[in-house]
Amino acid sequence: MSGTTVPADEEASRGPAVGRVALRRPRLPGWSLAALALGSVAVGTGVGLVARLDSRGQWGLIAALVFVGATFALSASVEGRRHAVDRLAAVLVWACFIVAMVPLASLVWETVARGIPGVSWYFLTHSMNGVLSWQEGGGIYHAILGTVEQVLLASVIAIPLGLLTAVYLVEYGRGRLARAITFFVDVMTGIPSIVAGLFVLSLWIMMLDFGYSGFAGAMALAILMVPIVVRSTEEMLKLVPNELREASLAMGVPKWRTILKVVLPTAIGGITTGVMLALARIAGETAPIILLVFGNNMINGNPFEGAQSSLPLYVYEQWGFGTEQAFDRAWAAAAVLIAFVMILNLVARGIARWKAPSGGR
Amino acid sequence: MAKRIDVSALTAYYGAHKAIDGITLHVEPASVTAFIGPSGCGKSTFLRTLNRMHEVTPGGRVEGKVLLDNEDLYGQGVDPVSVRRTVGMVFQRPNPFPTMSIYDNVAAGLKLNGIKYRRSELDDIVEKNLRGANLWNEVKDRLGRPGSGLSGGQQQRLCIARATAVEPDVLLMDEPCSALDPISTLAIEDLIDKLKTEYTIVIVTHNMQQAARVSDRTAFFNLAAIGEPGRLIEVDATEKIFSNPSVQATEDYISGRFG
Repeated sequence: MSGTTVPADEEASRGPAVGRVALRRPRLPGWSLAALALGSVAVGTGVGLVARLDSRGQWGLIAALVFVGATFALSASVEGRRHAVDRLAAVLVWACFIVAMVPLASLVWETVARGIPGVSWYFLTHSMNGVLSWQEGGGIYHAILGTVEQVLLASVIAIPLGLLTAVYLVEYGRGRLARAITFFVDVMTGIPSIVAGLFVLSLWIMMLDFGYSGFAGAMALAILMVPIVVRSTEEMLKLVPNELREASLAMGVPKWRTILKVVLPTAIGGITTGVMLALARIAGETAPIILLVFGNNMINGNPFEGAQSSLPLYVYEQWGFGTEQAFDRAWAAAAVLIAFVMILNLVARGIARWKAPSGGR
Repeated sequence: MAKRIDVSALTAYYGAHKAIDGITLHVEPASVTAFIGPSGCGKSTFLRTLNRMHEVTPGGRVEGKVLLDNEDLYGQGVDPVSVRRTVGMVFQRPNPFPTMSIYDNVAAGLKLNGIKYRRSELDDIVEKNLRGANLWNEVKDRLGRPGSGLSGGQQQRLCIARATAVEPDVLLMDEPCSALDPISTLAIEDLIDKLKTEYTIVIVTHNMQQAARVSDRTAFFNLAAIGEPGRLIEVDATEKIFSNPSVQATEDYISGRFG
């Protein structure tokens, strides 16, 4: 600025010229958005009533579109383009979030609402032995037992295999073999569960002549579980800073001990989460169970001998009976299965939080 | 026991790229030797060849000899793990193990090597090395807290305590103060002065005042051009290097007339 004073009207006429940015700009007050939302709902309802649209979904859609348009227009006129685009993006992000949440929330709500009345101590501790499809009563004890045993067996096979593969890929693997393994793990991720089931069926039951058993199902589940464990563990091991490996090696610690005592403990929280998610994923598998475990109304505690049941298979069977009583049992079993998976996820989060390396003072 | 290091005609590669070429250098026992030179001239690479950490990098390999009290580190049948137990290292960025407490970080070298110690022995070792690293008074009341909760300077001293706890003969330091403030730097420099009675110390630094302050001998590295391998230009008593170097390039670098 020179010493001479600039006339006010000249300064105003320059407006937002280069190098002059107004620090204060008008903003929309918080209540204006709420008012817009209410107004949009009113317009949506009004249009719906006038045009005699049947579906409330259409009303909502009209209201949403009006809200998005009105917000953008109002914000653009008052706050300027950048803020208007910002509001538009925020509204879209929220809309996507809500659209994604609706099926999830309604699924959980529906299952819990229909399932919980059927869940009782009796239901959890009895099998379906001797219960006909149209009869009341019966339970899922045999199915819970089967699911737990099959998932445990699958984990016993898949977790060491997956962990060791991931350790190989991150810590040792170089060149062609590592690339081939990564490729096949990727391919395995995409295997449909029925194909894994068919593979075990042809190999274990048809060629090697073993019978239906929980173990046969567990093998198919393990095939599905291994790639998930490998992938998640790999990502977690890659997150471990190389400086920690070097610090350990520079003290004369052998590589295998470095991996066991430094790398794995540092990543253990994330690895546990990945394993638990894989468990949750296979706990809900039905197709390989139908092929390999066969299903059973009685309690069979031995996963290596004879047919068993499992929760997803139980739901499928009960649904198939088509009677009122069987429907109730199917909903109740589905609620128990969802609770089982949710508990697994909560446990995983708890372990991840507990084991996470703390940086706080 | 501090040991002497004799390097002869050492060349190091990263895959096909030659990083340092034909370096011959002697390091006296129980002394501090500083490596100075522009970025990318191979100081750190050379430092890492002295405890066989260079080969941890994929594609890293070495030609030439490094004698530690007349024993070739790259000789047949030499186990790199044993080499690293004899030649310890402190890194540029403090890197305490995040899953371990302060106590366990110091004891890490011993515990990770699977040697069983009695608790009282371990307590003594931890206290001795934390005192040695001038950290004991600051952390003695919170040995069970995570090491990552300390300040940067404290973390670096913790790493030095961790490196000395395995009782190496040589201590390599790769720009140990570059991430620290002047007060923490002073603490580390005092520590180096104290440690040199027991250890042979080699320190890489970009701070010329630091080289002048802490080292007995200084080695100047340079590279002809980007992509060319780094070479040792001259090595001499620190006083001589900083007052009257024999090579013009050294004088240019030290007086800031470089490049």
